[in-house]
Amino acid sequence: MSLVFLLWACFSVLPVAAEQHMTFRSELHQTRYQSLVAELRCPKCQNQNLADSESSIALDLRQQVHFMIEEGKTDQEVVDYMVARYGTFVLYRPPHSSATFLLWYGPFILLAIGLITFFVVVITNRKRKGQPR
Amino acid sequence: MMRRVVLFLPLVAFLALGVMFYSQLGKDVNAMPSALIGQKVPSFTLVSLESDELVTHDNLPNGPYLLNFWGTWCPACHIEHPFLNILAQSGIAIIGIDYKDQKILAQQWLQEKGNPYQQVLMDELGHFGLDMGVTGAPETFVIDSQGSVVYRHQGAINAQNWPIIRGYLR
Repeated sequence: MSLVFLLWACFSVLPVAAEQHMTFRSELHQTRYQSLVAELRCPKCQNQNLADSESSIALDLRQQVHFMIEEGKTDQEVVDYMVARYGTFVLYRPPHSSATFLLWYGPFILLAIGLITFFVVVITNRKRKGQPR
Repeated sequence: MMRRVVLFLPLVAFLALGVMFYSQLGKDVNAMPSALIGQKVPSFTLVSLESDELVTHDNLPNGPYLLNFWGTWCPACHIEHPFLNILAQSGIAIIGIDYKDQKILAQQWLQEKGNPYQQVLMDELGHFGLDMGVTGAPETFVIDSQGSVVYRHQGAINAQNWPIIRGYLR
């Protein structure tokens, strides 16, 4: 039991360790920092966000986010800064544009096609049943 | 007649997907175009490794050149370095950015391995690297004769990928 607790203690401390030196002027700044690093994708390690990655570029970018927040920059300014350097790749929610049209609306278009097909089949079947053989 | 056409729809869908997947085969999934393509090199003020003088973006060469991020801490840079020496000998202009490194180690490295760079600038804190959207080292940008970024290569330059990079250098 104590071993389990020890393991838990070890692993729960790990993510905090990297950020220990970071101080925030307010709770709000800390919350904004945490949501931004969770929302931004690490440019080096494609399946991790900035918060989860231990790569050195992610560490640098976390420090940059921290610096910009403490400097009084808005969330949008931080995101714009990242996009200007690393492209829309860093956004987990890509912007709506012609290139991402299918990504955002493709599923709804497929759903509409499915619904139309469904009703067409149902209606034609009904008509056929109504007709005498 | 209409029924017959409908029966062929799955085949059409299969062929469309087949063509789409086939066209994506063999592509490098990690390749990421730089966000700076078509833009000028961001402004900077860095210290020269050789002369300790401040260098700004105004001091960059006019002609087409390579902007190479490297560091003595980076294993792939060891592999890349001899090839950069060959490129420099064949007259390719290369500006080196010593990325998140120590001055003494970098000077030793160039003494031991040779210096392929026209100029080496130190980016000790990696701020210029951030402005260029660098994710690590080695990373090389091709700057054309207009001073615009036209290509970015992540990883070591070697004889295999050089022809592609060379194509952008004009």
